[in-house]
Amino acid sequence: MSSNADIYHEMIVDYSRNPVNYGEIENHDVTFHDSNPLCGDSIDIDMKIDDNHVSDIKFHGKGCAICMACSSVLTEITKGKSIDEARAIEKNDVLGELGLEHLQAVRIKCALLSLKVLKSALYTYMGNHLKDNEDLDKLKEEAANLY
Amino acid sequence: MQSTESQFENIRDDFPILKRTVRDNKPLVYLDNASTTQKPNQVIDSITDYYRNHNANIHRAVYALAEESTEAYEASRDKIANFVNIENRQEIIFVRGTTEAINLIAYAWGRPHIDEGDIVVTTEYEHHSNIVPWQLVTQDKRAKLEYIGMDDNGELILDDLDKYLATGKVKLVTFSLMSNVLGTITNAEKIIEKCKAAGVLTLIDGAQAVPHMKVDIEKLGCDFFAFSGHKMLGPTGIGVLWVRKSVLQTMSPFHGGGDMIREVHKYETTWNDLPYKFEAGTPNIADVIGLGSAIDYLSKIGMENIRKHEIELTKYAIEKLSAVKGLHIYGTKDISKRGGVISFNFADVHPHDVAQIIDEEGIAVRSGHHCAQVLMERLDVAATSRASFYIYNTKHDIDILVNSLNTVAKVFKL
Repeated sequence: MSSNADIYHEMIVDYSRNPVNYGEIENHDVTFHDSNPLCGDSIDIDMKIDDNHVSDIKFHGKGCAICMACSSVLTEITKGKSIDEARAIEKNDVLGELGLEHLQAVRIKCALLSLKVLKSALYTYMGNHLKDNEDLDKLKEEAANLY
Repeated sequence: MQSTESQFENIRDDFPILKRTVRDNKPLVYLDNASTTQKPNQVIDSITDYYRNHNANIHRAVYALAEESTEAYEASRDKIANFVNIENRQEIIFVRGTTEAINLIAYAWGRPHIDEGDIVVTTEYEHHSNIVPWQLVTQDKRAKLEYIGMDDNGELILDDLDKYLATGKVKLVTFSLMSNVLGTITNAEKIIEKCKAAGVLTLIDGAQAVPHMKVDIEKLGCDFFAFSGHKMLGPTGIGVLWVRKSVLQTMSPFHGGGDMIREVHKYETTWNDLPYKFEAGTPNIADVIGLGSAIDYLSKIGMENIRKHEIELTKYAIEKLSAVKGLHIYGTKDISKRGGVISFNFADVHPHDVAQIIDEEGIAVRSGHHCAQVLMERLDVAATSRASFYIYNTKHDIDILVNSLNTVAKVFKL
């Protein structure tokens, strides 16, 4: 990538202008909030879980174009997945969709905040509803060390 | 004396970093001076000269190097006294920066003097460093922290202060002399007058003001004053705390250790004279000397000239930026009430995106909450972009900034 400004391609700008899956779910089964202390980006994710699958997912919050685009893409990827599949989502699954694999270090937190929130929401759900504590610590660690 | 204009023309030659290019071979346009400033050769050289030729610990040994080192260190204290008009050099304490200065006050003065039910008053446009230390001490003491509000013009609502003072519970009023986000210059005289009448102490955070205008601490009549070296051409890691002697004498030590003691016995210690009682351990000698050189440099230009230069730039920038469609500038447009700090938002584009796109043009502006989240909440924004000027900035820098915003508009289809 020749220039850092090239990250602002059509898809990023469009997603930031018209985010997908933006909003709240009234009867969510789990919700989680987190923010980036340095830049103030702030994301909430609500999920509806049916039969161990993410039947609906929405996000809302404030953030830059990178943060909004990545949150949109993440919710698109996650919707319909089983909890196990959702857990397996990796950072390059999100970054790759938007051509952001080589994003500079200072912006990576903008891109991955929503993935951190998703992972945190998943372990919160697992802890509250499934009583399946087997892998909880692993998932918590994964969320904490994402970037 | 040289005319102001020709003086500023040659200033850039003293700053080696301004000669470098960034990104795709673009000349650096440095507009983040409210965060930290660049350093002239004179400051860099004085620090290397200290390490190359004079390095020794101060206040202890009797050999030649130690004498030179102590002399240079103490000479900086005198330069500071002269620069911001402090009569008694014993009232000047070297600290790491404004943040450490305020924490020192909160700990060494606040803890012995603030009791349950007391009030500490700060303002809505403070930096986190003048909020969080007071949250810590007031929570610890079951005291209250109250805020002087800000109007839509970015100025403080001093009626709020009257209301708090009327309770008779206020122990301290603490405020920034210039907002690091809006550039608003606080009406310090008025606040201090009100506080004095009520017998309440005042603390001024001078981090943004001292580098940019003539400050006279004796004339202000506050009780505590703090500022940082790195925002005024000096090195990082060195700052100044001034405390009125009658108040300093009522304070307990901050850090215990070497140099702050008179006599140490197994179970008791007596304290060194002021200001050394508050300067425990080997201090940041080289950077104290570097700060002295920065003061020499600024004094040679003259603070009045610096203020004039920045008023010119700020006027020009406000005019040019106001003409950009969709760009909103925060704070007062009255140039006599603001310094060279301009916070703005550009349509609905997030400040991080603005900063990243114009970074490609070599422009360094700050984006984010500027360590002033209480103010961001008041403005009801998550973040702003901020351009801030100093002696080496030119109208050309502002033209480049304004032009680069066209690229932002193009990318985001504004």
